[in-house]
Amino acid sequence: MANIKKIATDGVITNNPTFRLVLGTCPTLALTTMAMNGIGMGAAVTFVLIFSNVIISLLRKVIPDQVRIPAFVLIIATFVTIVRLLLDKLLPDIYESLGLYLPLIVVNCIILARAESFASKNTVFASALDGLFTGIGFTLALTLMGAFREILGSGAIFGVSLWDFKIEFFSSSAGAFFTYALFIALFSLVMSAVEKRKRAKQSLPLTEVK
Amino acid sequence: MAQFLTLIVSAVFINNFVVVQFLGICPFLGVSKDVKSAFGMGVAVTFVMTLTCLITYPIYEYVLVPLGIEYLEIIVFIFIIAAIVQMIEMALKRFSPTLYNAMGIYLPLITTNCAVLGVAELVIDKAQMASILGITASSMNIGFAVLYGLFAGLGFTLAIVIMSGLRERISASPVSKHLKGFPIAMIAACFIAMAFYVFALI
Repeated sequence: MANIKKIATDGVITNNPTFRLVLGTCPTLALTTMAMNGIGMGAAVTFVLIFSNVIISLLRKVIPDQVRIPAFVLIIATFVTIVRLLLDKLLPDIYESLGLYLPLIVVNCIILARAESFASKNTVFASALDGLFTGIGFTLALTLMGAFREILGSGAIFGVSLWDFKIEFFSSSAGAFFTYALFIALFSLVMSAVEKRKRAKQSLPLTEVK
Repeated sequence: MAQFLTLIVSAVFINNFVVVQFLGICPFLGVSKDVKSAFGMGVAVTFVMTLTCLITYPIYEYVLVPLGIEYLEIIVFIFIIAAIVQMIEMALKRFSPTLYNAMGIYLPLITTNCAVLGVAELVIDKAQMASILGITASSMNIGFAVLYGLFAGLGFTLAIVIMSGLRERISASPVSKHLKGFPIAMIAACFIAMAFYVFALI
């Protein structure tokens, strides 16, 4: 149980792929003009992460070490193709808005990083969970950034118009870099504040003993 | 000639791969600490992008489309790119050790660079290419594909070299603890993107 909790907090918070590891930056910057894109991209990546992690974990004793990267890439590319075909048929709107970045999930470093550092060393169940929570961390990050940019840049949220006040900077490409920088810095600020408080709490009983 | 000029301006500036289309951000942030290695990375990426277009475009057009297996494009493209990178590495090692020493360390990174897969996916999308290059969709051919690969690569090189110049300056100045590293690099990128935004207004 503790293990599941650790995988969950690792994937979503301590090793958040977007804000802590700064992986998969291309879709993060390109698709966060709208909050809905974040959910669409996040769901697609989560799907690929879970299934590629499961398959790689199942095959981890079969794949020879020298050819593991091409093998991982082939497995990932297969699932990306599946996601692409499914989205094209079932959710054409999302397929359209993700555009070029959908096939580019293949070279998204998050997936290869999880395959290499987690799935190739852990059990199937743990790998599936790791895929799920890393995917959730990615989805949350993208949706949060998307909401921020959508509210400021187009005065709307999830496509629902809020007001006429717009700062176009936030929907431009420059705004993407700025928002990302802001979020990483804020995340690191919050994390270090939490860390400090935790340490302060731990040292409190010690002083009482004294 | 005018068409050629449109292609260059469009590929290098207006639709700059890095700051406008957000492709190849990983090397843009990862290998831009000094100008020399940024330039090396840029040249290597340009070379691979041009070669990729030269090979993937005809394969898509004359093999995948006639056979009706377009859905395999992702798998086929990623393998072609991996093979190209591997072959360049071997050829360089054998024929030009000096170039290999300069470019070698960047080559393995290029396989998973989304700028390369991105250009391969872009050039087969005729409608998109027509709007980027200002041509009709039916006149899209391998020549345009290769030229687009070359100039998009040069656009990448331009952006990464500017970025590394900025970062060399930043590294000498005091930066708040939480902004150090990626955040300040992204703020620098934000200003580069603003500069490139001007071209989109032309």
